[in-house]
Amino acid sequence: MAEALRLALVIAAKDLRAELRSRTALVSATVFAALVLVIFYFSRDPTAVSAIVLAPSVLWVTFAFAAIVALNRAFTVEREHGAIDGLLLAPVPRGALFLGKYLANLAFVGAVQAVTLPLFVIFFNVDLGPALPGIVGTAALASVGFVAVGTVFSAMAVRTRFAELMLPVLLLPFMVWPVRWAVEITARLLDGRPLSEMLGWLRLLALYDVVFLTLCIMVFGAVVDE
Amino acid sequence: MTEPLDPALGRARALTRRGLGISAVALLAFAAACGLALGFTPVEARQGLAQKIFYLHVPAAWCALLAFSLVGIASALYLWLHDRRLDLFAEASAEVGVMFSVVMLTTGPIWAKPIWGTWWTWDARLTLTLFLFFLFVGYLALRAAVHDPDERARFSAVLGIMGLVLVPFIHLSVYLFRTLHPQPVVLKPSAPSLPWEMLRTLLVSVAAFTLLYVGLVTARYGLALAQRARESGDAA
Repeated sequence: MAEALRLALVIAAKDLRAELRSRTALVSATVFAALVLVIFYFSRDPTAVSAIVLAPSVLWVTFAFAAIVALNRAFTVEREHGAIDGLLLAPVPRGALFLGKYLANLAFVGAVQAVTLPLFVIFFNVDLGPALPGIVGTAALASVGFVAVGTVFSAMAVRTRFAELMLPVLLLPFMVWPVRWAVEITARLLDGRPLSEMLGWLRLLALYDVVFLTLCIMVFGAVVDE
Repeated sequence: MTEPLDPALGRARALTRRGLGISAVALLAFAAACGLALGFTPVEARQGLAQKIFYLHVPAAWCALLAFSLVGIASALYLWLHDRRLDLFAEASAEVGVMFSVVMLTTGPIWAKPIWGTWWTWDARLTLTLFLFFLFVGYLALRAAVHDPDERARFSAVLGIMGLVLVPFIHLSVYLFRTLHPQPVVLKPSAPSLPWEMLRTLLVSVAAFTLLYVGLVTARYGLALAQRARESGDAA
């Protein structure tokens, strides 16, 4: 178990190192998220709808789209130079391989979110105030689940025709739910509601994380093994 | 000059013919259910004739759910047993399931507009069935986009299992909302609250639809077997 975790961290570190050296994907994903925020800003009538009403939805739709763009990257790099074959030939259990790719994706999606959140505060002039730690926690809790599903699907999508189109079509039906629950929680956080009102959604998020992370570890071998 | 017929191909064709035969019987049974619904079942007091669509909508929904569950179960079994026939069955069931979910998603709004005053509402079952449709279509899109048959089988099995696991989450999530949809009238802990004549018509219609599902899946499965036999024959 400790060995699998160590291997996973090695793979994740390799992914992140490769990413940090080029930075192309990280920069593109962040710029993409900023553009989504701008589109949202211009597609609302500021005299009719106040920013705070739209804030939870805008934030989460942006997070969701940015995550899809980020996840598309995960296996494209591996595919381009046949690197995935080397990785599969290495004596690494498939569960550890999945965890490695997953942790790298989680870090990547987290980095994009970390840049998007301040941009969102500035563009929409929303005062997060005491809700900030709660929103960061919710983002982490929601991402843990859908990034797991996204990692499995992006490993499949990269081997199909129309890979960039296939990932959102497959992933969005799975992503809509954690995003929905996160929107509910974020709206209540911004409204200063008590924790008891968010508990149901938080439980669903946690359950989703546990169930799908376990399932993804189990099925990942079937995706990559010939 | 006639080609020597591969025995596997012959069996597959026979299966397709049998499936089409079953489907024809099912359509006759459905015609009988329509006759029963229009001629021998009382008109619902509040909804009037609009309620007759019930005998089409509910069986279609049942078959879509049946098809979807069987795709998920066949997917799980495929990853365990690696039998290609399970994959071909899942493909057949998904294609037929899409058809039933389209029937369900078109009859639903047609019924909802005069009765609820709206084409669509985001209640528990509508949302669930819409997502069943999305998952089905995604499943078929994935199958179409993977060339290698073995890879296609593995990928779609993974998606099939994930979809089956997602369904309870959708159900839990949307159940936290109030609903316009009627509460269950047949499958519920106490005795069915539907009057007997209506229940009878419904049961006939459900039986006809289930038979139609069996017939169409058999025919489609036969076609998939024939295709496989032809491909392996070409390869040899």
